[in-house]
Amino acid sequence: MIGLFSYLVFFLIIASVFAIVCLGLNLQWGYTGLFNIGVAGFFAVGAYSYAILAGPHHAARLGSFGVPFLPALALSMVAAGLAALLVGFPTLRLRDDYLAIATIGIASSIQLVATNERWLTGGTQGARNIVQPLAGAFSSPLRYNLFFLAMMVAFVAVVYLALERMVNSPWGRVLMAIREDETAASSLGKNAFAYRLQSFVIGSMIIGLGGALYASFITFISPEDFLPVLTFQVWAMLIVGGSGNNRGAIIGAVLIWGLWTGSGSLAQMVLPADLQVKGGAIQIVLIGLVLMVVLIFRPRGLFGSRKALIGHGATVPE
Amino acid sequence: MLAQLLANGIILGATLALGAIGLTLTYNVLNFANFAHGSLLSWGAYLAFAFALAFAGSTATGFGPLSFGWPLLFALILSATLTSVLAIVVDFLVFRPLRRSNVQVALVIASFGASLMLRNLIIVIWGPEPKYYTSDIQIQQAILPGVRATPDQMFVVVLALVLVVVLHLFLTRTRLGKAMRAIADNPVLAEVSGVNVRNVIYWTWVVGGSLAAAGGVFYGLTVQILPEMGFNLLLPLFAAAILGGIGSIYGAVLGGFVIGIASDLSVAVISPGYKPAVAFIIMILVLLLRPSGILGEKK
Amino acid sequence: MIGATLQVSNLVAGYTPGVPIVRGLSLTVAAGEIVTVLGPNGAGKSTLVKAIAGLVSVFEGSVFLDGADFAGHKAHTLVSAGVAFVPQNENVFRRMSVQENLEIGGYLYRGRIKERLEAIYDLFPDLARLRHHPAGKLSGGQRQMVAVGRALMIAPRLLILDEPSAGLSPKLVGMVFQRVRAVRDTGVTILMVEQNAKAALLISDRGYVLAEGQERICDAADALLHNPEVGELYLGAKGGLV
Repeated sequence: MIGLFSYLVFFLIIASVFAIVCLGLNLQWGYTGLFNIGVAGFFAVGAYSYAILAGPHHAARLGSFGVPFLPALALSMVAAGLAALLVGFPTLRLRDDYLAIATIGIASSIQLVATNERWLTGGTQGARNIVQPLAGAFSSPLRYNLFFLAMMVAFVAVVYLALERMVNSPWGRVLMAIREDETAASSLGKNAFAYRLQSFVIGSMIIGLGGALYASFITFISPEDFLPVLTFQVWAMLIVGGSGNNRGAIIGAVLIWGLWTGSGSLAQMVLPADLQVKGGAIQIVLIGLVLMVVLIFRPRGLFGSRKALIGHGATVPE
Repeated sequence: MLAQLLANGIILGATLALGAIGLTLTYNVLNFANFAHGSLLSWGAYLAFAFALAFAGSTATGFGPLSFGWPLLFALILSATLTSVLAIVVDFLVFRPLRRSNVQVALVIASFGASLMLRNLIIVIWGPEPKYYTSDIQIQQAILPGVRATPDQMFVVVLALVLVVVLHLFLTRTRLGKAMRAIADNPVLAEVSGVNVRNVIYWTWVVGGSLAAAGGVFYGLTVQILPEMGFNLLLPLFAAAILGGIGSIYGAVLGGFVIGIASDLSVAVISPGYKPAVAFIIMILVLLLRPSGILGEKK
Repeated sequence: MIGATLQVSNLVAGYTPGVPIVRGLSLTVAAGEIVTVLGPNGAGKSTLVKAIAGLVSVFEGSVFLDGADFAGHKAHTLVSAGVAFVPQNENVFRRMSVQENLEIGGYLYRGRIKERLEAIYDLFPDLARLRHHPAGKLSGGQRQMVAVGRALMIAPRLLILDEPSAGLSPKLVGMVFQRVRAVRDTGVTILMVEQNAKAALLISDRGYVLAEGQERICDAADALLHNPEVGELYLGAKGGLV
C-alpha cells in the first residue's frame, strides 16, 4: 500500500510540473494564439540553469554557484525569459506556421547545445546530483516527497492565481483582442508585437520554472529529457484539457500524464524486456490517437473556449 | 577538403531536394505546414527496406559497382506507391476532417502529432536500431581531385537529378501536371476552370509521397535507416522549401541542394554536432530578410 | 452556340452559415442578354455571382440554368454545365504562360483544344503575340484579356464577369466592354457585376441595382441610365447618369 501511495505522490509531483508548463503554454497559445512548438527548449533552459546555479560543483562543467533554492528558481526563470526574448524578437513577427517551424528549430538548437557543450551542461552525460531543496530535513524519501508535493501544489496555485489575475486585467484583455483580430487591435494603437512578445516571454518563464522545479526534484537531467516528445505531451495536455482555460491546463496535465504513466506501467507489466522500447513507442502512438480524436471531435477540449481556437486559417477548396 | 565537403553536401542535397518538393507542393496547395512530411521519407525508406528483404531471396546480383540490384529498385517503386497511399490515408483520416472545421492550430498540432505517431509506429514494427540496405562496404573512389565518393552516392545524385527532370516534364507537358501547377498558383481559379481540385490533390500527395520515399531511400542508402531520420530532416526540409520559395518546385530543388551544401560546408568551421542548426539559421535569415524565398512570388 | 437562360430565385447565400450576405434575391437573364448588376459596396454583388458560380455557399433558393437547378453545386460541375466565371482579382495563373492559362481554361476538353485556342487568339490578337509570357508579368489590360480568354475556352453558354473594368484606364475599359459585346454577339449570355455603372449599362440590355443583399431596382439599361436615383447613388449627379 505504501508503494502505491508513494507512487501516487511521485506521479502528482511530475503532474504538477507539467501543470505549470501547461499553464505557461496556455498563456502563449490559449490567450495569445502563439504556436510555440519549442516548449521542450525553454523547459531545458530552466532545468539546466537551475542545475548550473544550484547544483553541486563539478570538475567537468560549469557550476555550481551554490545559489539557494528560491533565488535559483527565479534566476532560472529569468534565463528562460531571456532565451524567449532573444528568440521571440526575430520570430514573433512571422506568420503562425512559420513561428511554429521556428520554435521547433529553437528547441532543436537548444537540445544540440545541451548535447554538445559539455562544459555547460555535461553533454550527453547530463547534469547529476542536483541539489534538492531541504534535502536532509526529512526522515524518509516518502516524507520528503510529500513535502515536495505540497510545495509543488503551492507553486501551481501561485502560478494559476497569478495568470488568472493577468488574463483578467486590462493587459490580458488587449492580449485576447490581438488574438482575435490583430488588425483591429493595432488600429486602436496597441502595439501588437509588444504584447505578443511579453506574453511569449512570460509564458516561457513559467515553462522555465517548471524545468527548474523538475531539475530540483529529479536531481539528474540529460538532453534525453528534453526531446520533442515532451513538447508533444504538453500540447496534448493543453488541447485535451482545454486551450484558453487555466483550469483546463491543469486538469489536462494530470489526465494526460495519468494516461501516459498508466499505459507505461501497463506496458511494463505486460511486455517482455526486449519489447520495452517498443512499449514506449506504443505509448506515444496511444497519446497521439487521443489527441487526434480530441482535435477532430472536440477541438476545444474539456474546458476550453471556442475563441482560443478560431484561427487565422484560410479555407481550402474542397 | 572543401571540395569533398561540397560533394558531401550535394549528396545530402539530393535527398533534401526530393523531400522538399513534396513539402512545398502540399504547403502551397493545401496551405498548411505538414510536419508529418518527414515521416513519408522515413516510411519510404523502411518500406523499401522491407520489400528489399522480401526480394533478398532472389538470385539477382548487384548492378556492377552499385551495392544493389533490381530488388532494391523494385522495392523503391513499391515503396513509393505505398508511401503515396500512406500520405493519402493520413490526409483523409487526419487532415481533411480538420480542414473542414477550419481550426488552424489543429492542422499544425495534428501534423506534429502524426509525425511522432508515424515515427513510433516504425519503432513498434522494426525496432529502434539502425538498418542498412546492404551489409557490403563500399569503397570511396576518387572521382575528382580531392573528392571521393562511393558508387551508391554518385547514383543517388544522378537519379535525383533524373527524377527532377522527369518531374519537370510531367509538370510542363501533361494535363495533370499543369492542373497541379494551376492549383498551386491559384486554387480558386483552377476550380472555376473545371479542375476537380479534390482529385488533383490526391495526385499531389502521390507525387510528394513518391518523391519523399525516393529521398528516404537515398538517405538510407548513403547514410543509414533510422526511425527518426525523417524528423531529423524536417527542419532542413522546411528550410529548403522556404529558401526556395514556398510553391516553387524548382525553388525546392535549389533550396535542397543549397541547404545540403551549406550544412556540410559548415563542418569546416563549426562542430559537426551543430550541422542541423545551420539549416535552421539559414531558414530564420530567409524568413526575416526575404520571406518569399529565392524563386517564390512576393505576396 | 446558344446562350443559357439564368433564373435566380430567392437566393440566400454567404460565406459563413448564419451570416447571409445575399438575402433572398431573384433575377433573370434571358438567352443572349447582357445584364449588369450594380450597387454600392457591401450590397452583395460579388457574393451573388460567386454563389452562382459555386464558390460561395448557398443557404436557400435556386439557381436555374435552362431550367435545371444548380444551386450549391461545386464550381467545377458548373463549368461542365457551361458556366464560365471571371473573378475580379487574382483572375489569372500568374506563374503560368498565357497559353497555359488558356489551356487550363480548356481543361475539360481533354486535349482537343487547339481550335479553341485559335478562336481565342482570333478574339484577342495581342494574346497570340504574348502566348509564352508569364501571365503575372503582363499589364493590367493584357491580364484582363487573359482572364476573359481563359473563361471563353470552354465556349460557355453563360459568362459571368466580376468587375471586368476594375483598375483599367478609360481607354482599356472601352476596349474590354467592346469585347464583351462581341462575345455576346456570338450568342453567349452575359451577367456582369460592375462599379463603372455608365460604361456597363451602355452595352447592357438590362440592369439590376442591389442593396443589402436584395434587388432594389430592375429595369432596361437605357431606363437605368436616365434614372435619377441611380445617378445619385453612383455619381451624386442629379438627373441620371447621362
